[in-house]
Amino acid sequence: MIRFDSVTKTYPKQNRPALRDVTLEIEKGEFVFLVGSSGSGKSTFLRLILREERTDTGLVHVLGKDLARLSNWKVPHMRRQLGTVFQDFRLLPNKTVAENVAFALEVIGKPRGTIRKTVPEVLDLVGLAGKEDRMPGELSGGEQQRVAIARAFVNRPMLLIADEPTGNLDPQTSVGIMRLLDRINRTGTTVVMATHDQNIVDQMRKRVIELEKGRLVRDQSRGVYGYQH
Amino acid sequence: MRAHFVLSEIGVGLRRNLTMTFAVIISVALSLALTGGALLVNKQVDAMKGYWYDKVEVTIYMCNKSDAASTPNCARGAVTDDQKASILKDLRAQPIVEKVYFENSEQAYKHYQEQFKSSSLASTITPDQMQENYRVKLKDPTKFAIVASLFEGHPGVQSVVDQRDTLKNLFGLLNGMTTVAWVVLAFMLTVAMLLIVNTVRVSAFSRRRETGIMRLVGASSFYIQMPFIMEAAFAGLVGAGLACVMLLGGRYFMIDAGLRLQEKIPLVSFLGWGPVVRELPLVLGIGLVMPAVAAFVALRRYLKV
Repeated sequence: MIRFDSVTKTYPKQNRPALRDVTLEIEKGEFVFLVGSSGSGKSTFLRLILREERTDTGLVHVLGKDLARLSNWKVPHMRRQLGTVFQDFRLLPNKTVAENVAFALEVIGKPRGTIRKTVPEVLDLVGLAGKEDRMPGELSGGEQQRVAIARAFVNRPMLLIADEPTGNLDPQTSVGIMRLLDRINRTGTTVVMATHDQNIVDQMRKRVIELEKGRLVRDQSRGVYGYQH
Repeated sequence: MRAHFVLSEIGVGLRRNLTMTFAVIISVALSLALTGGALLVNKQVDAMKGYWYDKVEVTIYMCNKSDAASTPNCARGAVTDDQKASILKDLRAQPIVEKVYFENSEQAYKHYQEQFKSSSLASTITPDQMQENYRVKLKDPTKFAIVASLFEGHPGVQSVVDQRDTLKNLFGLLNGMTTVAWVVLAFMLTVAMLLIVNTVRVSAFSRRRETGIMRLVGASSFYIQMPFIMEAAFAGLVGAGLACVMLLGGRYFMIDAGLRLQEKIPLVSFLGWGPVVRELPLVLGIGLVMPAVAAFVALRRYLKV
Protein backbone atom coordinates (compact mmCIF):
# COMPACT_ATOMS: atom_id res chain seq x y z
CA MET A 1 0.00 0.00 0.00
CA ILE A 2 2.73 2.45 1.06
CA ARG A 3 6.45 1.83 0.80
CA PHE A 4 9.28 4.19 1.71
CA ASP A 5 12.79 3.20 0.56
CA SER A 6 15.60 5.22 2.19
CA VAL A 7 13.64 8.43 1.82
CA THR A 8 15.41 11.71 2.53
CA LYS A 9 13.79 15.09 2.12
CA THR A 10 15.34 18.50 2.82
CA TYR A 11 13.40 21.71 2.35
CA PRO A 12 15.16 24.59 0.61
CA LYS A 13 17.12 26.91 2.94
CA GLN A 14 17.17 24.39 5.75
CA ASN A 15 20.20 22.52 6.93
CA ARG A 16 18.59 19.60 8.70
CA PRO A 17 16.60 17.16 6.56
CA ALA A 18 12.91 16.93 7.43
CA LEU A 19 13.14 13.20 6.79
CA ARG A 20 16.36 11.23 6.88
CA ASP A 21 16.75 7.78 5.37
CA VAL A 22 13.28 6.51 6.28
CA THR A 23 12.43 2.98 5.16
CA LEU A 24 9.13 1.30 6.02
CA GLU A 25 6.17 -0.47 4.56
CA ILE A 26 2.47 -0.20 5.36
CA GLU A 27 0.26 -3.08 4.21
CA LYS A 28 -3.23 -2.97 2.88
CA GLY A 29 -5.86 -2.72 5.61
CA GLU A 30 -3.49 -1.60 8.35
CA PHE A 31 -4.23 1.12 10.90
CA VAL A 32 -1.05 3.08 11.61
CA PHE A 33 -0.36 5.87 14.09
CA LEU A 34 2.38 8.29 13.21
CA VAL A 35 3.75 9.95 16.33
CA GLY A 36 6.55 12.32 17.18
CA SER A 37 7.00 15.84 18.48
CA SER A 38 6.42 18.89 16.34
CA GLY A 39 9.06 19.14 13.63
CA SER A 40 9.81 15.44 13.76
CA GLY A 41 8.78 14.99 10.12
CA LYS A 42 5.22 13.66 10.45
CA SER A 43 3.73 16.26 8.12
CA THR A 44 6.51 15.78 5.59
CA PHE A 45 5.84 12.05 5.69
CA LEU A 46 2.16 12.62 4.89
CA ARG A 47 2.91 15.26 2.24
CA LEU A 48 5.20 12.81 0.48
CA ILE A 49 2.39 10.23 0.39
CA LEU A 50 0.03 12.85 -1.08
CA ARG A 51 2.78 13.90 -3.46
CA GLU A 52 2.55 17.48 -2.30
CA GLU A 53 6.31 17.13 -2.02
CA ARG A 54 8.86 14.99 -3.78
CA THR A 55 11.78 13.15 -2.21
CA ASP A 56 15.39 14.23 -2.61
CA THR A 57 16.60 10.64 -2.61
CA GLY A 58 14.84 7.38 -2.07
CA LEU A 59 11.57 6.06 -3.41
CA VAL A 60 7.98 6.44 -2.28
CA HIS A 61 5.45 3.92 -3.56
CA VAL A 62 1.76 4.54 -2.89
CA LEU A 63 -0.94 2.15 -4.16
CA GLY A 64 1.73 0.38 -6.16
CA LYS A 65 2.88 3.50 -7.96
CA ASP A 66 6.34 5.05 -7.83
CA LEU A 67 5.47 8.67 -7.08
CA ALA A 68 8.75 9.97 -8.46
CA ARG A 69 7.81 8.58 -11.85
CA LEU A 70 4.17 9.66 -11.70
CA SER A 71 3.69 12.53 -14.13
CA ASN A 72 2.05 15.69 -12.85
CA TRP A 73 -1.16 15.27 -14.77
CA LYS A 74 -1.69 11.82 -13.27
CA VAL A 75 -1.38 13.05 -9.70
CA PRO A 76 -5.08 14.08 -9.41
CA HIS A 77 -6.11 10.55 -10.40
CA MET A 78 -3.81 9.13 -7.76
CA ARG A 79 -5.31 11.47 -5.13
CA ARG A 80 -8.83 10.29 -5.98
CA GLN A 81 -7.89 6.94 -4.47
CA LEU A 82 -6.82 8.67 -1.26
CA GLY A 83 -8.92 10.36 1.39
CA THR A 84 -7.50 13.14 3.54
CA VAL A 85 -8.63 14.60 6.84
CA PHE A 86 -7.02 17.51 8.66
CA GLN A 87 -6.99 19.05 12.09
CA ASP A 88 -8.72 22.19 10.78
CA PHE A 89 -11.50 20.28 8.92
CA ARG A 90 -11.13 22.40 5.74
CA LEU A 91 -14.82 22.66 5.01
CA LEU A 92 -16.37 25.31 2.76
CA PRO A 93 -18.22 27.65 5.14
CA ASN A 94 -20.78 28.81 2.55
CA LYS A 95 -21.91 25.33 1.57
CA THR A 96 -24.17 22.97 3.49
CA VAL A 97 -22.99 19.66 4.91
CA ALA A 98 -24.35 17.75 1.92
CA GLU A 99 -22.89 20.28 -0.54
CA ASN A 100 -19.50 20.02 1.09
CA VAL A 101 -19.47 16.28 0.58
CA ALA A 102 -20.95 16.56 -2.90
CA PHE A 103 -18.27 19.11 -3.84
CA ALA A 104 -15.63 16.38 -3.67
CA LEU A 105 -17.58 14.37 -6.22
CA GLU A 106 -18.54 17.32 -8.43
CA VAL A 107 -14.96 18.46 -8.97
CA ILE A 108 -13.92 15.04 -10.16
CA GLY A 109 -16.83 15.00 -12.59
CA LYS A 110 -19.09 12.36 -11.06
CA PRO A 111 -22.59 12.22 -12.54
CA ARG A 112 -25.35 13.94 -10.61
CA GLY A 113 -27.25 10.72 -10.04
CA THR A 114 -24.27 9.09 -8.34
CA ILE A 115 -23.80 12.14 -6.14
CA ARG A 116 -27.44 12.19 -5.09
CA LYS A 117 -27.21 8.53 -4.11
CA THR A 118 -23.83 8.36 -2.36
CA VAL A 119 -23.85 11.58 -0.33
CA PRO A 120 -26.73 10.57 1.99
CA GLU A 121 -25.22 7.10 2.33
CA VAL A 122 -21.87 8.37 3.53
CA LEU A 123 -23.44 11.00 5.80
CA ASP A 124 -25.44 8.21 7.36
CA LEU A 125 -22.24 6.19 7.81
CA VAL A 126 -20.50 9.01 9.74
CA GLY A 127 -23.57 9.59 11.88
CA LEU A 128 -24.78 12.86 10.39
CA ALA A 129 -28.09 11.67 8.94
CA GLY A 130 -30.63 14.49 9.20
CA LYS A 131 -28.02 17.24 9.21
CA GLU A 132 -27.54 17.42 5.44
CA ASP A 133 -28.77 20.99 5.14
CA ARG A 134 -26.93 22.50 8.09
CA MET A 135 -24.05 24.90 7.53
CA PRO A 136 -20.64 23.92 8.95
CA GLY A 137 -20.73 26.94 11.26
CA GLU A 138 -23.82 25.51 13.00
CA LEU A 139 -22.09 22.23 13.84
CA SER A 140 -19.84 21.26 16.73
CA GLY A 141 -16.18 20.55 16.07
CA GLY A 142 -16.74 16.83 16.22
CA GLU A 143 -19.58 17.04 13.73
CA GLN A 144 -17.51 19.19 11.39
CA GLN A 145 -14.75 16.60 11.48
CA ARG A 146 -17.34 13.96 10.64
CA VAL A 147 -18.30 15.99 7.58
CA ALA A 148 -14.63 16.10 6.60
CA ILE A 149 -14.33 12.35 7.06
CA ALA A 150 -17.48 11.81 5.01
CA ARG A 151 -15.94 13.92 2.25
CA ALA A 152 -12.69 11.97 2.43
CA PHE A 153 -14.51 8.64 2.37
CA VAL A 154 -17.30 9.34 -0.10
CA ASN A 155 -15.13 8.16 -2.99
CA ARG A 156 -14.39 4.88 -1.13
CA PRO A 157 -10.60 5.42 -1.09
CA MET A 158 -8.12 2.60 -0.53
CA LEU A 159 -6.16 4.80 1.84
CA LEU A 160 -7.18 7.42 4.36
CA ILE A 161 -4.60 9.97 5.53
CA ALA A 162 -5.49 11.81 8.73
CA ASP A 163 -3.30 14.63 10.01
CA GLU A 164 -4.14 15.12 13.68
CA PRO A 165 -7.88 14.71 13.13
CA THR A 166 -8.60 15.02 16.86
CA GLY A 167 -6.20 17.91 17.47
CA ASN A 168 -9.01 20.45 17.90
CA LEU A 169 -11.45 18.22 19.70
CA ASP A 170 -12.10 17.38 23.35
CA PRO A 171 -11.32 13.82 24.54
CA GLN A 172 -14.94 12.66 24.49
CA THR A 173 -15.50 13.82 20.93
CA SER A 174 -12.14 12.41 19.92
CA VAL A 175 -13.22 8.95 20.99
CA GLY A 176 -16.21 9.20 18.69
CA ILE A 177 -14.02 10.22 15.78
CA MET A 178 -11.61 7.36 16.49
CA ARG A 179 -14.49 4.87 16.52
CA LEU A 180 -15.52 6.17 13.14
CA LEU A 181 -11.97 5.86 11.73
CA ASP A 182 -11.77 2.37 13.16
CA ARG A 183 -15.03 1.45 11.41
CA ILE A 184 -13.70 2.83 8.16
CA ASN A 185 -10.53 0.79 8.67
CA ARG A 186 -12.65 -2.35 9.13
CA THR A 187 -14.16 -1.84 5.67
CA GLY A 188 -10.66 -2.54 4.35
CA THR A 189 -9.41 1.02 4.02
CA THR A 190 -5.84 1.57 5.17
CA VAL A 191 -5.63 4.42 7.70
CA VAL A 192 -2.51 6.43 8.43
CA MET A 193 -3.02 8.93 11.22
CA ALA A 194 -0.56 11.44 12.60
CA THR A 195 -1.39 12.37 16.17
CA HIS A 196 -0.22 13.87 19.45
CA ASP A 197 -3.01 12.25 21.41
CA GLN A 198 -1.42 9.85 23.87
CA ASN A 199 -4.67 8.43 25.22
CA ILE A 200 -5.97 7.49 21.82
CA VAL A 201 -2.78 5.74 20.78
CA ASP A 202 -2.54 3.86 24.06
CA GLN A 203 -6.17 2.75 23.93
CA MET A 204 -6.29 1.63 20.32
CA ARG A 205 -3.18 -0.53 20.42
CA LYS A 206 -2.43 -0.28 16.74
CA ARG A 207 0.87 -0.13 14.90
CA VAL A 208 2.89 2.94 15.97
CA ILE A 209 5.56 4.60 13.90
CA GLU A 210 7.60 7.23 15.71
CA LEU A 211 9.70 9.86 14.04
CA GLU A 212 12.29 12.00 15.78
CA LYS A 213 14.16 14.78 13.99
CA GLY A 214 13.38 13.14 10.69
CA ARG A 215 14.54 9.65 11.64
CA LEU A 216 12.41 6.58 12.11
CA VAL A 217 13.09 5.67 15.75
CA ARG A 218 10.32 3.19 16.48
CA ASP A 219 8.03 0.90 14.48
CA GLN A 220 5.97 -1.20 16.83
CA SER A 221 2.91 -3.27 16.20
CA ARG A 222 0.19 -2.90 18.87
CA GLY A 223 2.27 -0.07 20.34
CA VAL A 224 1.69 2.79 22.76
CA TYR A 225 2.37 6.51 22.38
CA GLY A 226 5.77 6.43 24.04
CA TYR A 227 7.54 6.50 27.36
CA GLN A 228 9.08 9.90 27.57
CA HIS A 229 5.86 11.92 27.16
CA MET B 1 -17.28 18.44 -16.65
CA ARG B 2 -20.53 19.86 -15.40
CA ALA B 3 -21.33 23.17 -17.06
CA HIS B 4 -23.69 24.29 -14.33
CA PHE B 5 -21.01 23.88 -11.67
CA VAL B 6 -18.35 25.71 -13.67
CA LEU B 7 -20.72 28.56 -14.58
CA SER B 8 -21.73 29.12 -10.98
CA GLU B 9 -18.04 29.19 -9.99
CA ILE B 10 -17.40 31.84 -12.65
CA GLY B 11 -20.33 33.94 -11.46
CA VAL B 12 -19.10 33.82 -7.88
CA GLY B 13 -15.57 34.73 -8.93
CA LEU B 14 -16.61 37.69 -11.06
CA ARG B 15 -18.94 39.12 -8.44
CA ARG B 16 -16.36 38.77 -5.71
CA ASN B 17 -13.95 40.80 -7.78
CA LEU B 18 -16.36 43.30 -9.23
CA THR B 19 -14.12 46.40 -9.28
CA MET B 20 -11.23 44.44 -10.71
CA THR B 21 -13.50 42.89 -13.33
CA PHE B 22 -14.62 46.36 -14.40
CA ALA B 23 -11.03 47.53 -14.62
CA VAL B 24 -10.21 44.56 -16.85
CA ILE B 25 -13.26 45.14 -19.04
CA ILE B 26 -12.49 48.83 -19.53
CA SER B 27 -8.81 48.40 -20.24
CA VAL B 28 -9.45 45.54 -22.65
CA ALA B 29 -12.16 47.61 -24.35
CA LEU B 30 -9.89 50.63 -24.76
CA SER B 31 -6.90 48.73 -25.99
CA LEU B 32 -8.96 46.72 -28.47
CA ALA B 33 -10.76 49.82 -29.72
CA LEU B 34 -7.34 51.36 -30.31
CA THR B 35 -6.15 48.25 -32.12
CA GLY B 36 -9.20 48.19 -34.33
CA GLY B 37 -8.98 51.94 -34.92
CA ALA B 38 -5.33 51.78 -35.93
CA LEU B 39 -6.02 48.90 -38.32
CA LEU B 40 -8.92 50.80 -39.84
CA VAL B 41 -6.83 53.94 -40.33
CA ASN B 42 -4.30 51.77 -42.16
CA LYS B 43 -7.07 50.42 -44.36
CA GLN B 44 -8.31 53.96 -44.96
CA VAL B 45 -4.85 55.06 -46.05
CA ASP B 46 -4.61 52.10 -48.41
CA ALA B 47 -8.02 52.89 -49.84
CA MET B 48 -6.98 56.48 -50.49
CA LYS B 49 -3.76 55.53 -52.22
CA GLY B 50 -5.55 54.18 -55.25
CA TYR B 51 -4.23 51.84 -57.89
CA TRP B 52 -1.02 53.61 -58.91
CA TYR B 53 0.21 55.16 -55.66
CA ASP B 54 2.75 52.55 -54.62
CA LYS B 55 3.84 51.75 -58.16
CA VAL B 56 4.87 55.06 -59.72
CA GLU B 57 6.02 58.55 -58.79
CA VAL B 58 5.00 60.67 -61.77
CA THR B 59 1.88 60.85 -63.86
CA ILE B 60 1.85 62.61 -67.22
CA TYR B 61 -1.73 63.43 -68.13
CA MET B 62 -2.40 63.96 -71.80
CA CYS B 63 -4.97 66.22 -73.35
CA ASN B 64 -8.37 64.87 -74.25
CA LYS B 65 -11.20 66.46 -76.17
CA SER B 66 -12.80 68.26 -73.28
CA ASP B 67 -9.49 69.79 -72.09
CA ALA B 68 -9.13 71.80 -75.28
CA ALA B 69 -11.37 74.55 -73.99
CA SER B 70 -10.28 74.64 -70.36
CA THR B 71 -6.51 74.12 -70.49
CA PRO B 72 -4.15 76.37 -72.47
CA ASN B 73 -1.67 73.51 -72.98
CA CYS B 74 -4.29 71.64 -74.88
CA ALA B 75 -5.51 74.44 -77.07
CA ARG B 76 -4.74 72.38 -80.13
CA GLY B 77 -7.11 69.60 -79.09
CA ALA B 78 -6.72 66.02 -77.91
CA VAL B 79 -3.34 64.31 -77.98
CA THR B 80 -2.45 62.56 -81.24
CA ASP B 81 -0.87 59.15 -81.69
CA ASP B 82 2.34 60.81 -82.97
CA GLN B 83 2.56 62.98 -79.85
CA LYS B 84 2.02 59.97 -77.63
CA ALA B 85 4.77 58.07 -79.42
CA SER B 86 7.15 60.99 -79.14
CA ILE B 87 6.47 61.40 -75.40
CA LEU B 88 7.12 57.69 -74.90
CA LYS B 89 10.36 57.90 -76.89
CA ASP B 90 11.58 60.85 -74.84
CA LEU B 91 10.65 59.10 -71.57
CA ARG B 92 12.52 55.97 -72.59
CA ALA B 93 15.56 58.09 -73.42
CA GLN B 94 15.75 59.46 -69.87
CA PRO B 95 18.25 57.53 -67.71
CA ILE B 96 16.35 58.34 -64.51
CA VAL B 97 13.18 56.69 -65.78
CA GLU B 98 12.91 53.12 -64.67
CA LYS B 99 9.56 52.07 -66.08
CA VAL B 100 6.68 53.56 -68.03
CA TYR B 101 3.07 52.37 -67.97
CA PHE B 102 0.45 53.60 -70.40
CA GLU B 103 -3.09 53.90 -69.13
CA ASN B 104 -5.85 54.53 -71.63
CA SER B 105 -9.08 56.24 -70.67
CA GLU B 106 -10.93 52.95 -70.19
CA GLN B 107 -8.35 51.67 -67.71
CA ALA B 108 -8.21 55.02 -65.96
CA TYR B 109 -11.99 54.93 -65.67
CA LYS B 110 -11.88 51.42 -64.21
CA HIS B 111 -9.31 52.29 -61.55
CA TYR B 112 -11.20 55.45 -60.69
CA GLN B 113 -14.44 53.54 -60.25
CA GLU B 114 -12.72 51.03 -57.97
CA GLN B 115 -11.29 53.69 -55.75
CA PHE B 116 -14.44 55.80 -55.47
CA LYS B 117 -17.03 53.08 -55.65
CA SER B 118 -18.74 54.30 -52.51
CA SER B 119 -18.66 57.97 -53.53
CA SER B 120 -21.27 59.80 -55.54
CA LEU B 121 -18.50 61.24 -57.72
CA ALA B 122 -17.95 57.90 -59.43
CA SER B 123 -21.32 57.83 -61.12
CA THR B 124 -20.95 61.29 -62.69
CA ILE B 125 -17.71 60.45 -64.51
CA THR B 126 -17.70 58.87 -67.96
CA PRO B 127 -14.76 57.03 -69.59
CA ASP B 128 -14.17 59.70 -72.25
CA GLN B 129 -13.64 62.30 -69.53
CA MET B 130 -10.68 60.34 -68.20
CA GLN B 131 -7.33 61.38 -69.59
CA GLU B 132 -4.93 58.98 -71.17
CA ASN B 133 -1.72 59.07 -69.22
CA TYR B 134 1.78 57.75 -68.77
CA ARG B 135 2.60 56.48 -65.28
CA VAL B 136 6.33 56.80 -64.74
CA LYS B 137 8.45 55.02 -62.19
CA LEU B 138 11.72 56.80 -61.42
CA LYS B 139 14.99 55.24 -60.34
CA ASP B 140 15.28 58.09 -57.83
CA PRO B 141 11.87 59.33 -56.64
CA THR B 142 13.28 62.73 -55.62
CA LYS B 143 14.10 63.62 -59.23
CA PHE B 144 10.51 64.53 -59.98
CA ALA B 145 11.39 68.14 -60.92
CA ILE B 146 13.55 67.00 -63.86
CA VAL B 147 10.72 65.03 -65.41
CA ALA B 148 8.27 67.82 -64.78
CA SER B 149 10.39 70.46 -66.48
CA LEU B 150 11.08 68.19 -69.46
CA PHE B 151 7.50 67.25 -70.23
CA GLU B 152 5.41 70.21 -69.12
CA GLY B 153 4.78 72.11 -72.34
CA HIS B 154 5.45 69.05 -74.47
CA PRO B 155 2.81 68.99 -77.21
CA GLY B 156 -0.21 66.94 -76.13
CA VAL B 157 0.67 67.01 -72.42
CA GLN B 158 -1.96 68.50 -70.17
CA SER B 159 -0.05 68.35 -66.91
CA VAL B 160 2.70 66.51 -65.05
CA VAL B 161 1.80 65.54 -61.52
CA ASP B 162 3.98 64.37 -58.68
CA GLN B 163 1.83 61.44 -57.68
CA ARG B 164 2.88 61.54 -54.06
CA ASP B 165 2.76 65.27 -53.50
CA THR B 166 -0.97 65.69 -53.07
CA LEU B 167 -1.47 63.09 -50.40
CA LYS B 168 1.95 63.09 -48.78
CA ASN B 169 1.07 65.42 -45.91
CA LEU B 170 -2.23 63.75 -45.16
CA PHE B 171 -0.68 60.30 -45.18
CA GLY B 172 2.15 61.58 -43.01
CA LEU B 173 -0.43 62.80 -40.51
CA LEU B 174 -2.43 59.58 -40.62
CA ASN B 175 0.64 57.42 -40.30
CA GLY B 176 1.84 59.54 -37.39
CA MET B 177 -1.51 59.10 -35.71
CA THR B 178 -1.36 55.37 -36.30
CA THR B 179 2.11 55.21 -34.76
CA VAL B 180 0.90 57.12 -31.70
CA ALA B 181 -2.08 54.79 -31.50
CA TRP B 182 0.21 51.73 -31.57
CA VAL B 183 2.38 53.16 -28.79
CA VAL B 184 -0.62 54.00 -26.62
CA LEU B 185 -2.00 50.60 -27.49
CA ALA B 186 1.17 48.87 -26.32
CA PHE B 187 0.85 50.60 -22.95
CA MET B 188 -2.87 49.87 -22.71
CA LEU B 189 -2.25 46.25 -23.55
CA THR B 190 0.42 46.03 -20.85
CA VAL B 191 -1.97 47.60 -18.35
CA ALA B 192 -4.71 45.19 -19.37
CA MET B 193 -2.38 42.21 -19.02
CA LEU B 194 -1.13 43.33 -15.60
CA LEU B 195 -4.70 43.91 -14.45
CA ILE B 196 -5.72 40.45 -15.58
CA VAL B 197 -2.72 38.87 -13.86
CA ASN B 198 -3.54 40.76 -10.68
CA THR B 199 -7.24 39.91 -10.88
CA VAL B 200 -6.41 36.25 -11.25
CA ARG B 201 -3.99 36.49 -8.34
CA VAL B 202 -6.60 38.04 -6.05
CA SER B 203 -9.21 35.61 -7.31
CA ALA B 204 -6.95 32.62 -6.69
CA PHE B 205 -6.13 33.92 -3.23
CA SER B 206 -9.73 34.49 -2.24
CA ARG B 207 -10.62 31.00 -3.39
CA ARG B 208 -7.58 29.20 -2.03
CA ARG B 209 -9.75 27.19 0.35
CA GLU B 210 -11.89 25.85 -2.51
CA THR B 211 -8.92 25.15 -4.75
CA GLY B 212 -7.08 23.52 -1.84
CA ILE B 213 -9.97 21.13 -1.31
CA MET B 214 -10.25 20.52 -5.05
CA ARG B 215 -6.61 19.52 -5.11
CA LEU B 216 -7.10 17.33 -2.07
CA VAL B 217 -9.93 15.32 -3.57
CA GLY B 218 -8.13 14.92 -6.88
CA ALA B 219 -9.71 17.48 -9.21
CA SER B 220 -7.62 17.77 -12.36
CA SER B 221 -5.61 20.94 -12.79
CA PHE B 222 -7.71 21.72 -15.85
CA TYR B 223 -10.84 21.61 -13.72
CA ILE B 224 -9.30 23.80 -11.04
CA GLN B 225 -7.96 26.37 -13.48
CA MET B 226 -10.94 26.46 -15.82
CA PRO B 227 -13.13 28.86 -13.81
CA PHE B 228 -10.30 31.39 -13.54
CA ILE B 229 -9.51 31.25 -17.24
CA MET B 230 -13.18 31.47 -18.19
CA GLU B 231 -13.59 34.45 -15.87
CA ALA B 232 -10.78 36.30 -17.60
CA ALA B 233 -12.06 35.28 -21.03
CA PHE B 234 -15.57 36.41 -20.12
CA ALA B 235 -14.38 39.82 -18.90
CA GLY B 236 -12.25 40.08 -22.03
CA LEU B 237 -15.19 39.23 -24.25
CA VAL B 238 -17.36 41.90 -22.62
CA GLY B 239 -14.49 44.36 -23.11
CA ALA B 240 -14.18 43.31 -26.75
CA GLY B 241 -17.92 43.80 -27.19
CA LEU B 242 -17.54 47.35 -25.88
CA ALA B 243 -14.62 47.88 -28.24
CA CYS B 244 -16.81 46.78 -31.16
CA VAL B 245 -19.48 49.27 -30.13
CA MET B 246 -16.81 51.99 -29.91
CA LEU B 247 -15.52 51.17 -33.40
CA LEU B 248 -18.97 51.19 -34.99
CA GLY B 249 -19.92 54.32 -33.07
CA GLY B 250 -16.61 55.93 -33.96
CA ARG B 251 -17.12 55.35 -37.65
CA TYR B 252 -20.70 56.60 -37.49
CA PHE B 253 -19.87 59.80 -35.65
CA MET B 254 -16.74 60.63 -37.62
CA ILE B 255 -17.97 59.92 -41.12
CA ASP B 256 -21.77 59.97 -41.20
CA ALA B 257 -22.88 62.11 -38.30
CA GLY B 258 -21.13 64.39 -35.81
CA LEU B 259 -17.95 65.34 -37.67
CA ARG B 260 -19.62 64.52 -41.02
CA LEU B 261 -16.31 63.95 -42.76
CA GLN B 262 -17.95 62.36 -45.80
CA GLU B 263 -19.99 65.50 -46.36
CA LYS B 264 -17.08 67.86 -45.77
CA ILE B 265 -14.51 65.95 -47.84
CA PRO B 266 -16.45 64.33 -50.68
CA LEU B 267 -13.24 63.76 -52.66
CA VAL B 268 -12.03 61.12 -50.21
CA SER B 269 -13.51 57.67 -50.43
CA PHE B 270 -14.07 56.79 -46.78
CA LEU B 271 -14.30 53.22 -45.54
CA GLY B 272 -17.78 51.78 -45.66
CA TRP B 273 -19.34 49.63 -42.94
CA GLY B 274 -17.97 46.48 -44.55
CA PRO B 275 -14.32 46.87 -43.48
CA VAL B 276 -15.40 47.95 -39.98
CA VAL B 277 -17.69 44.95 -39.54
CA ARG B 278 -15.03 42.62 -40.94
CA GLU B 279 -12.71 43.89 -38.21
CA LEU B 280 -15.06 42.90 -35.39
CA PRO B 281 -14.44 39.12 -35.32
CA LEU B 282 -10.73 39.83 -34.98
CA VAL B 283 -11.39 42.22 -32.09
CA LEU B 284 -13.68 39.69 -30.37
CA GLY B 285 -11.16 36.92 -30.95
CA ILE B 286 -8.31 38.88 -29.41
CA GLY B 287 -10.58 39.93 -26.55
CA LEU B 288 -11.37 36.29 -25.81
CA VAL B 289 -7.95 34.70 -26.25
CA MET B 290 -5.60 37.32 -24.85
CA PRO B 291 -7.08 37.48 -21.32
CA ALA B 292 -7.40 33.70 -21.24
CA VAL B 293 -3.70 33.32 -22.05
CA ALA B 294 -2.77 36.00 -19.50
CA ALA B 295 -4.87 34.18 -16.89
CA PHE B 296 -3.28 30.86 -17.74
CA VAL B 297 0.20 32.33 -17.33
CA ALA B 298 -0.80 33.97 -14.05
CA LEU B 299 -2.24 30.71 -12.72
CA ARG B 300 1.01 28.88 -13.28
CA ARG B 301 2.50 31.26 -10.78
CA TYR B 302 -0.25 31.95 -8.29
CA LEU B 303 -2.29 28.77 -8.16
CA LYS B 304 -0.78 25.53 -7.01
CA VAL B 305 -2.42 22.57 -8.65
